[in-house]
Amino acid sequence: MRLRTIFISKKMVALGILVVGLFLSRPVVAKDAVAEAVEIVVYSSRMEQLIKPVFDAYTKETGVKIKFITDKEGPLLQRLLSEGEQSPADLFITVDAGMLWKAAEEKVFKPVSSPVLQANIPAHLRDSGHRWFGLSVRARTIVFNTKKVDLKELSTYEALGDPQWKKRVCLRTSKKVYNQSLIATMIATMGAEKTEKVVRSWMANLATDVFPDDTEVMKAILAGICDVGIVNSYYYGRLAGENPNLPLALFWPNQGDRGVHVNISGAGVVRHAKHEKEAVRLLEWLSSEKAQSLFADVNLEYPANPKVAPHPTVAAWGTFKQDTINVDIAGKLQIEAVKLMDRVGYK
Amino acid sequence: MKKLFKKTPLNKQIPLLLLIVCTISAPLLVVLSSWFTPVDDIFIHLFKTGLPEVLINTFWLLLGVAIGTLLLGVSLAWLTTTFEFPGRSVFDWAMILPLAIPTYVLAFVSISLFDRIGPIQGLLRAQGSDLVLPPIRSTGGVILVMTLALYPYVYLFARNGFQTQGTRATEVARSLGQSSWHTFFQVTLPMGGPMIAAGVMLVLMETLADFGAVSIFNYDTFTTTIYKAWFSMFSLSTAAKFSSFLVLLVFILVMAEQAVRQRRRYTTAERQPAPTVRTILTGKRCYAASAYCGLILLFAFIIPVIQLLRGASADWGQHFDARYLGFLSRSLLLSALATLLVTASALLLVYAERSAHSFKPNLLVRFATLGYALPGTILAVGGMILVTFIDHQLKNRLGLTTVITGTLLAMMLGYLSRFMILAYNPIDSAMHRVTPHMGEAARSLGATPFMILSKIQMPLVRGGIFAGSLLVFVDVMKEMPITLMTRPFGWDTLAVRIFQFTSEGEWNHAALPALTLVILGFIPVILLTRQPVFKG
Repeated sequence: MRLRTIFISKKMVALGILVVGLFLSRPVVAKDAVAEAVEIVVYSSRMEQLIKPVFDAYTKETGVKIKFITDKEGPLLQRLLSEGEQSPADLFITVDAGMLWKAAEEKVFKPVSSPVLQANIPAHLRDSGHRWFGLSVRARTIVFNTKKVDLKELSTYEALGDPQWKKRVCLRTSKKVYNQSLIATMIATMGAEKTEKVVRSWMANLATDVFPDDTEVMKAILAGICDVGIVNSYYYGRLAGENPNLPLALFWPNQGDRGVHVNISGAGVVRHAKHEKEAVRLLEWLSSEKAQSLFADVNLEYPANPKVAPHPTVAAWGTFKQDTINVDIAGKLQIEAVKLMDRVGYK
Repeated sequence: MKKLFKKTPLNKQIPLLLLIVCTISAPLLVVLSSWFTPVDDIFIHLFKTGLPEVLINTFWLLLGVAIGTLLLGVSLAWLTTTFEFPGRSVFDWAMILPLAIPTYVLAFVSISLFDRIGPIQGLLRAQGSDLVLPPIRSTGGVILVMTLALYPYVYLFARNGFQTQGTRATEVARSLGQSSWHTFFQVTLPMGGPMIAAGVMLVLMETLADFGAVSIFNYDTFTTTIYKAWFSMFSLSTAAKFSSFLVLLVFILVMAEQAVRQRRRYTTAERQPAPTVRTILTGKRCYAASAYCGLILLFAFIIPVIQLLRGASADWGQHFDARYLGFLSRSLLLSALATLLVTASALLLVYAERSAHSFKPNLLVRFATLGYALPGTILAVGGMILVTFIDHQLKNRLGLTTVITGTLLAMMLGYLSRFMILAYNPIDSAMHRVTPHMGEAARSLGATPFMILSKIQMPLVRGGIFAGSLLVFVDVMKEMPITLMTRPFGWDTLAVRIFQFTSEGEWNHAALPALTLVILGFIPVILLTRQPVFKG
C-alpha cells in the first residue's frame, strides 16, 4: 500500500505544479480586473533590446506602462489573426514594410487619422490609408573593400552585374526580406524583365554561395573572398564600431536616379485594440523628435522623421538621396520578387 | 455481458486514450485541414520551381545524418558498454552532453570557426599554409554538424539496448570462439536493433523539423520551403500543405520502423541484467578507443562550449542582471512542467494502448506522435488556433471572455504534440519487456489495474520513463518557435533571449543565454546518470 501512496502523492505533486504553472501564467487577469492603470500592449518583431529603452523612456515621461511580446513577424501576425477580437494587442511593430502591408491587407490595423503622424512621417514611409507608419529607416546599400575597389568603379545596384565585377560580388540569401523588398522596388521602377536581367547578372558575378546574414557578407569582403556586397547600413555600423580601422566603407548607389533603397521599421494600431487612444498617443510620441533619436540610434538606423538628425556615427557615413517610392511596394510586389529570384536561381 | 466486462475491465481506458490522442493530434489535424482550402499559386510555384532540388537536399541530409548518427551512436555505445579503456567511466555519461547544445548553436559555432572567413582558415592563410579545409558550407558540412548534434539520441537508445540485453548471448558467442567484432555484428547489434532504430527515427524526425541549423548553412530543405511559403510569400495554407507532406513521410517511416521492430523482437530470459564484465582493451587499442571518444566530445561539446564561454565572458558584466534569474527559472519551470505533462501522458497512452484489448488504437497513437517531425511554428499555429477557437466558443455560448487565450495552455499543447514521441518511444520499448503474464498473474490475485500499473509495470519501465523525461526536458529547454509564438506576457526564457539577439544578427550577445541553457541541460543528464537504471 505504501507504494501506492507514494505514487498518488507524486501524481498530486505533478498536478499541483501543473495548476500552479497555469495560474502563474495569468497574473494579467487579476490586474485587468482591478484595472487601476492603463497598460499598452505591444506585439513587436523589433527585438527587446531595441524597443525596451524607448518604452522605458515613455513610461518615465508619461507614467503609462507598456507590456510587449516579441517574435518573428509571421508568427506574431498569425497570433493576432487567430486571437481576433480577443487579442490583448494594441500596437503591432515590425521591422519590414512588406509585413505591415500584409497585416493591413489582413485587416489587422485600424486607420489612425493623426495630423501629428502625418506631419512627422514622410508620405512614402507610411500607408496611404493611414493604417501603419514608418518609425525608422533601414537603408540597404553597397559596401566595399577600400583597398581593392576604386570609388569610380561604383555607381548603381544594377552595375554590380557588369563584367568588371566577375567573381567579386557577395550577397546575402534571397530568403531575407531586405533583399526581397530591394528587388520589389526594382521591379516597380525598371519592370520585371529588366530586373530579372540585372539579378541574373549579379548571380553571374557571385564570388561564392550566398550568405545567411549581412555581417558574414562583410566578413567575406574583409577576408578577400569578394570586394563588394549589399548590406543594411546598421550592420556596417555595428562591425565598424567593434573595429574602426577596417578597410570597409559604404557607398550610396543610384544617386543619379531613384536613390538608395530603404525599408522601414514601423507600426500600426490593432483593430481590436483595447486601449486605442493610448496606442495612438504612443505612436505619435514615437514619431516625435525626441523619441525618434532614441528609436533609431539604438540600432544605428535613420530616423523616419526628417527633422531629426541621425546619430553622429551614422551621419558620418554621409548624406544620400533615398528612393521615395512608397515602401508598401515591398509588400505588394514581394511575392513577385521571390518568384523572380527563384527563376534566376538566387538562393 | 457482465462477465465479459469483468474480463476486460480496462476497456474503460478507451475514452481516456481517445482524449489524449485527440488532444495531442489537434495541432496536426489543423495542419491537415489546410487541404480544405484551395491550392494557391504559391503552392504551384514552389511545387514547380524549387521542389526537386529541395527534395534531393532533404534526402541527402536525412541519409547522411542517419548514417552518421548510427555510426557514432552505436560505436560509442558499444565501446562504453562492452570495453574498458582509460576514461571510459567518464565518456559513458559525457557522450550524452552534446544533447544539451541546441543544433543551431553548434551550427553557428562550427561555421564561425571553420568557414573560409573564420579564424582557423584565416590562421592557416596567415601562416602561408596551402592547406585548405573542405568547405563547411556544404552538404557534407551540414551533415557533419547535425550528426554531432544529434548522435546522443542514438547513443542513449543503443546504450540502453546493449545494457539491457544481458550478457549471456554475447558470452555464448565469445565462448564459441567469435571475435569481439563478430559478436558485435552477429549478436549485440541485431539484439539492440529495435532500440537503435527508435533512436535513429528520432534523429530523422528532428532533422526534418530543423530550421535553425539549415538556415545558418543556407541549405534548402523541405522545412525551409515551408517557412518560405509562409514568411516570404505570405501563404500559411501552402506552408501547412507542405507540412502535411512531412506528416505523411514520417508516418510511412514510423510504420516501416515498427514493422522492422515487430519482425525482430528479441526477448531475454534475464530479468536483471547481470553485472557486465567488460573486455579490457590493451595497448594501442585502448588509446584508440579513448582518442575516438575524446575527439567526438571535443568537436560536439568542448569546442562549442569554449566558444560560448569566450562570448559569454565578454558579455558577463553587461547582460547578467536580476532579469537573468527570471529567464533561467522560467526555462526550468516550463521544461519541468512540460516534462511532467508529456511523460505522464505518454505513460497513460502506453498503458491505455496496452490495456484496450478489444480495440487496436495503434495507428491513432502512432499518428499522435508525429509532431516531432514538424517545424515547431507550424504546430504552434495549430495549438493557438485550437485554444482561441475554444475561447471563441466559450464566449459565444457561455459569455465568458478570454478564459484560456494567453495562458500556458497553447504552449503546453504545442509541446505535447511536438515532444510526445520522445517520452512515448522509450516507455513503449520498456513496456515491451513486461510480459502480459505478469499483469494477468497479478490480476488473478485480485490486484486492481491501478495497482498493476503502479506496483508492477511502473517499476519495470522506470528506465524508459527516466530516458523519456530527460529527452523531453532537454528538448523543451532548447525549443524556440513554439515558446516564442505561444508564450504569455513576461514568459521570456533563455531560448527566447537567444532568439532576440540572433534575429538581429547579434550572435555574440547570444552566447551568455546559450551557455546558461547548456549548463541547465547538464542537470537532467547528471540526474539520469545517477540512476541505477542508467548504470545498468
